[in-house]
Amino acid sequence: MENFFTDNKDIQLLFDNADLKEIVDLKEGDYSEASTYDYAFIDADDAKEGYREVLALIGEIAAQQIAPFAPDVDEKGSVFDTGKVSYAEGLEKDMEILRRSNLMGFTLPRQYGGLNFPTFVYTIAIEIVSQADASLMNLFGLQDIGDTICEFADEELKAKYLPLFSSGKVTGAMALTEPDAGSDLQAVQLKATLDPSDNMWYLNGVKRFITNGCGDVLLVLARSEPGTKDGRGLSMFVCEKDESLVVRRIENKLGIHGSPTCELQFNDTRAYLVGKRKMGLIRYVMSLMNGARLGIAAQALGIAQAAYLEGLDYAKAREQFGQAIIEFPLVYSMLVDSRVSIEAARLLAYETSKVVDLKKGYEHLLHNTEAPTKELREKAKHYSSLAAMLTPMAKYLSTEYANDVTYKSLQVHGGTGYMKDFNVERHCRDARITNIYEGTTQLQYVAAIGGVVTKVIEPTLDRMESDHKEAFQKPYLKELKEKRELLNKAIDFVRDKNDHEYQSYYQDRLVDMAAKLYTAHLFLRYAAFSNEKKKTMDIFFEREFPQWDKNYQSVISGKSRVIEDSSSLLDLS
Amino acid sequence: MKEYTMVVLVKQVPDTQNLTGEAMKEDGTVNRSALPAIFNPEDLNALEMALQVREEYGGTVHVITMGPPSAVEVLKEAMYRGADRVYLLSDRKFAGSDTLATSFALKQAIQTKIPDFDIVFCGRQAIDGDTAQVGPQTAEKLDVPQLTYVESIQELGEKKIKVRKLIDNGTEIVETALPVLLTVTDTANEPRPFIAKKLLKYRKAACEFDLPKILPRYPQFKTKEELKNFLKKKGLFIEMWGLEDIKANKDDVGFAGSPTMVKKIESITLTGKGFKKIEPTDEGIAHFVAELIEDHTW
Repeated sequence: MENFFTDNKDIQLLFDNADLKEIVDLKEGDYSEASTYDYAFIDADDAKEGYREVLALIGEIAAQQIAPFAPDVDEKGSVFDTGKVSYAEGLEKDMEILRRSNLMGFTLPRQYGGLNFPTFVYTIAIEIVSQADASLMNLFGLQDIGDTICEFADEELKAKYLPLFSSGKVTGAMALTEPDAGSDLQAVQLKATLDPSDNMWYLNGVKRFITNGCGDVLLVLARSEPGTKDGRGLSMFVCEKDESLVVRRIENKLGIHGSPTCELQFNDTRAYLVGKRKMGLIRYVMSLMNGARLGIAAQALGIAQAAYLEGLDYAKAREQFGQAIIEFPLVYSMLVDSRVSIEAARLLAYETSKVVDLKKGYEHLLHNTEAPTKELREKAKHYSSLAAMLTPMAKYLSTEYANDVTYKSLQVHGGTGYMKDFNVERHCRDARITNIYEGTTQLQYVAAIGGVVTKVIEPTLDRMESDHKEAFQKPYLKELKEKRELLNKAIDFVRDKNDHEYQSYYQDRLVDMAAKLYTAHLFLRYAAFSNEKKKTMDIFFEREFPQWDKNYQSVISGKSRVIEDSSSLLDLS
Repeated sequence: MKEYTMVVLVKQVPDTQNLTGEAMKEDGTVNRSALPAIFNPEDLNALEMALQVREEYGGTVHVITMGPPSAVEVLKEAMYRGADRVYLLSDRKFAGSDTLATSFALKQAIQTKIPDFDIVFCGRQAIDGDTAQVGPQTAEKLDVPQLTYVESIQELGEKKIKVRKLIDNGTEIVETALPVLLTVTDTANEPRPFIAKKLLKYRKAACEFDLPKILPRYPQFKTKEELKNFLKKKGLFIEMWGLEDIKANKDDVGFAGSPTMVKKIESITLTGKGFKKIEPTDEGIAHFVAELIEDHTW
């Protein structure tokens, strides 16, 4: 029987060889919950086995019960009628299965009914679910909302909402975007007013492009400080769906049809403040967004994997000129290329998820330790800045690759792939949103560049370089060490030039150079466990580094024809 | 409202629906070692129906399987899906049981251990033997009514049950008194997947046979007995019944209790020999039917 977890050799390789002890120890503390909850773990090995079994369960559900209905969910989509949103029938069924199988409280603590699983395992689960139906991920992946409440809200709100999320009794939405506040969330205008008579907040205004805005519990970013204009006047609220909250319409989208995208109007909607006033954007949304970005990276991976397998099967079965088309170099090269891209993106996304777990773990420990050591403080800080840099990297790499992989898979199908009869056109449409929402690729560069120019990655590279001890790794290591020197030279060059437009213009290349260098190290690490990984690594090196060198040359050239000529070419004068 | 005591009879079978190259031995028998062992598919429908009754009315779902020690896997899977209690019916003396001897052992188990049952659920048939006999024979031996090919329970009262069952070219609604035995078809429902929290708990469940194998994983226990007590306390010890536990007579089970004789197994390889076109006219069909009768195919 098909299983998207156990059948996927690459996921197996990364899971089997992941050293999770530090992460599990942070997540489980002294493992004392094992005496209260019969499904809690007794040690790190036990946890890893448990994770494996639950992932195998999700892999089975995804392959056998979700994937077969994805074309129908896509075709029917969500329906909006007289103010009410209905999900596609298949999607309702998917949600019911996930709810009944206890899979909606993946990362929440056990005291609120969750499984207390790390982000690493959740990331794999999101990939698997997205491989089956990308639009279902938009509901499955909204578990970050529960996480955000768990991290920042007070005990009362946690006790009120978290059990509802983990039991799957409610679905959520994060209401951030407004007509005039998309990428620039500092411009959010939705008004929050405190009523001193009942000490409750009331929300008024409009939100747009809200995934699952018809959900039961919403996290809302709103302006609580009248007269302010920037992010410092924004706070985070949680409210429930009631008659004061109107869904005005749902969007008619290119892809992810199963996921309803709503426009919402708040008319004096009662809401609770989450955490502290004025911290809404600068602290909570950034955290929420980073979780969501990693989720989208995993979603893109799942879509790419599904498209790649469709292309591979088709190319093996389709015969032209008397042979299977997969025998033609121009066809198999597209498929090999896709596989290498998927493996690269998966390495980066999974590793990022582990760093996020370490960040959360050490921050949590720091928060709960009375007299924290210097070492603990430094660890928390290090993983926090590393996660802040790697998360946007993982997002742009995975989502851009997903677009490339789905494009190539359709190309392998030829004219057939353009038809609705095959799944690949759906994968192309679904992939297209991933490099846009939760921050476009361009914004991911912006988010990552700070970490790159401050060389956040240095201690990690030190450690990785010293970890590559096997004989076969030596020549690769030599090349990667040279690249590291060049990257640092490029960073220093841009910094010393002290030209804002120049740095902005080249930030995509700088970020990309750092991301590919880091990913190459990950290839080298896992190549020690698998001969196939060594092969894909060789192709990755061969494919990426010539371009990498060109990017380096451009960055240190000190000039750009595009910067010089853009005004005249685009009539900007 | 009445709560129901339910028994689900399940079987571990070789996966004959996803065949690989070495599925059959040269002598024409099933090569069990080459096929993965799975929960018999229609037994999952039976379990699902029982779980749904429990959800609606309350009650207890007991699951029994008869088989070798490895059959404990299907019992664990039943627990992952929400069964309350599971039992492994296993004894060397059961080896070689045909459907009659199997139904005798199952009847003894039910009568001895769960005598106050209201409903016994079985899958319509197992995908290895495909006989569909064990359910009905067990009902006979328990001396309770049997409703076969059941698709849904329409009404369930204190003392009676009304079901919809499949018949050729349609369905039939029938009613009978409790206690009853149902055999359930794969059209009845969609079996639920595992429940993550139960999976995480019961993956550590074990029966007597497993103890030596898993003891090293529990360094805190020196002996099997200590481990067994620990598992019992946690609800993770799977009870096992042998011949004496169910008060069965050894002559009624195993080879001794099995009148079935396999005379001969033929390995048939179908080979096509060309084709014949039949005209889609009354005349063409009449001619074809006549030919078949002549040929003794009919």
